[in-house]
Amino acid sequence: MNGVHDMGGLQDMGPVQEEKNEPVFHHPWEGRVFAITRSMSAWRKWNIDTLRFQRELIPPAEYLTMSYYEIWLTGLLELSVKSGLVARAEIETGKPAGGSPKLTPALTADKVPLLVAHGTPANRNVPVAPQFQVGQRVRARNINPLGHTRLPRYARGRFGTIEIDRGVFVFPDTNAEFLGEKPQRLYSVRFNARELWGEQSSPRDSVYVDLWDDYLEPA
Amino acid sequence: MKATRRDFLTTAATAAGAAATGNFAKVDDHGQSHGHAHEHQVVPSDMALRVKSLESLLVEKGLVDRAALDALIDTYEHKVGPRNGAQVVARAWADPAYKQRLLTDADKAIAELGYGGQQGEHMVVVENTPTVHNMVVCTLCSCYPWPVLGLPPVWYKSAPYRSRSVIDPRGVLREFGLELSENIEVRVWDSTAEVRYLVLPERPSGTESLSEAELVALVTRDSMVGVAKVPARKKEGAA
Repeated sequence: MNGVHDMGGLQDMGPVQEEKNEPVFHHPWEGRVFAITRSMSAWRKWNIDTLRFQRELIPPAEYLTMSYYEIWLTGLLELSVKSGLVARAEIETGKPAGGSPKLTPALTADKVPLLVAHGTPANRNVPVAPQFQVGQRVRARNINPLGHTRLPRYARGRFGTIEIDRGVFVFPDTNAEFLGEKPQRLYSVRFNARELWGEQSSPRDSVYVDLWDDYLEPA
Repeated sequence: MKATRRDFLTTAATAAGAAATGNFAKVDDHGQSHGHAHEHQVVPSDMALRVKSLESLLVEKGLVDRAALDALIDTYEHKVGPRNGAQVVARAWADPAYKQRLLTDADKAIAELGYGGQQGEHMVVVENTPTVHNMVVCTLCSCYPWPVLGLPPVWYKSAPYRSRSVIDPRGVLREFGLELSENIEVRVWDSTAEVRYLVLPERPSGTESLSEAELVALVTRDSMVGVAKVPARKKEGAA
C-alpha cells in the first residue's frame, strides 16, 4: 500500500535530531508496550509482516503525530482484537469478559532467554532456484499493491544490479495476509543514486535494497 | 469516517484514566501537540494508565506473563546493547582472520562472541574503508540489528532519518557532523527485508598500541550505524 510509512525520498521532515545519552525507553510504559507486543506475538496468531502491515494501516495524519510506541500499541490492539485473543469490549472496560477461561501465557519468563537468543529466522531451507544471477541488470517492478509490500516506492521502475544472492526467504506480501510464505530468493540490489534521484546525487553513491524475486524483472 | 485508532486507544484506558482526568496538560510527553480537536492532547500519565490497564487485562486473561515482560525489558535495558557490537568491531580490528570471517559469514562470526538472535537472525557486516562509506537505514519502519546494537534510538526510527538517508545521505551525515569528500563512495543499505546490517567502521589512526578492551571503549553506536566515524579518543558522553 502506498502509505506514509514508505518514507524514502521525502524531504520536508526536518533535520535529524540526536539525543545525547538517550535511554532505551523514555517512559516505563514504552518498555511495557515493547514487551507486551513481543509476548502477544508468541501466540503466533500473526507474524512480523502482519504486524508491520497493521501499523501501516494507521491513517497518515495519525501515524505522523504518534510516537513510536504509540504506533506499536495501536497495531497490537488492532491485531489482538482481529485475532480474537481479546474482545474490544474487554479493552474498553479493562476487564475480562465473564466466563472466559484463564490461559497459560504463550511466552513465560523461562522462555525469554531462548526467544532472545534464537529469534524468528525468516529464511527457509527449501530449494528455490534463483531467477536472477549476481551481476545481472534488473528492474524493480512498477507495482502498487493495496496490501503489504517491502518494495519501496522510490525503487519501483528503477534499474539496478543484483549484488548478492541472500538465499531463500519468506515473502512478506503474502505472509502479511496469511496467504502463505511463498519462499523465494532475496537479493541485495544496487541502485545508482543518480538512477533514483537524478543529477543532484553523487555519481559515486548508491542505495542497496533487499528485494525478492517477485519484485524484479529482467532489464 | 468511523472511530479512529486513536479513539480506540483513548477508550482503552478510559476506565483506568478516569481518576486522573483533572490533570490534563497541553502537550504530550514528547512535547508534540496533536492535531485532533476531539482529544485535546495526551498527558504522559494517560498513556501510562492506558498501558497499565491493558497489561492488567492481559495478565488476568493469562495472555501475558508479567515476569516475562520484566525479563524482556531487562534484557534490552541492561544486557543487549551497542557494547555487544563494539566487541565485534574491536575483535575484527585486532584479529584479521576474525574480520575475514565476519565479512563472509557475519552470523557465525558474531555467534563466536556469544551474540545473535531476535532481530539479528540474518546479519551482514559492511566495511568502511578510506574510499567507501556505508550507512544503514530502514525507510519502511525501524529494522535494526538488536543483538549487536540493542533497540534503535528515536532518531533512527524518525521520519527525518528514514526519509532523507536515501535521497541525501551526505546531507544527513553532515547533520551528524560528518563531512565526506566527493571522492568517497557512499553506500546506503535500506533494510527492507530481514537482513540486518552492521557497519564495521575504520579503525582510527594512533590506536595501534591499544588492547582489544581499550578498542571496545572507542567504538560508538553511531559509527556502527554508519552515521559517524570512530574518534581516535572517546569523547565525553558520546553515544
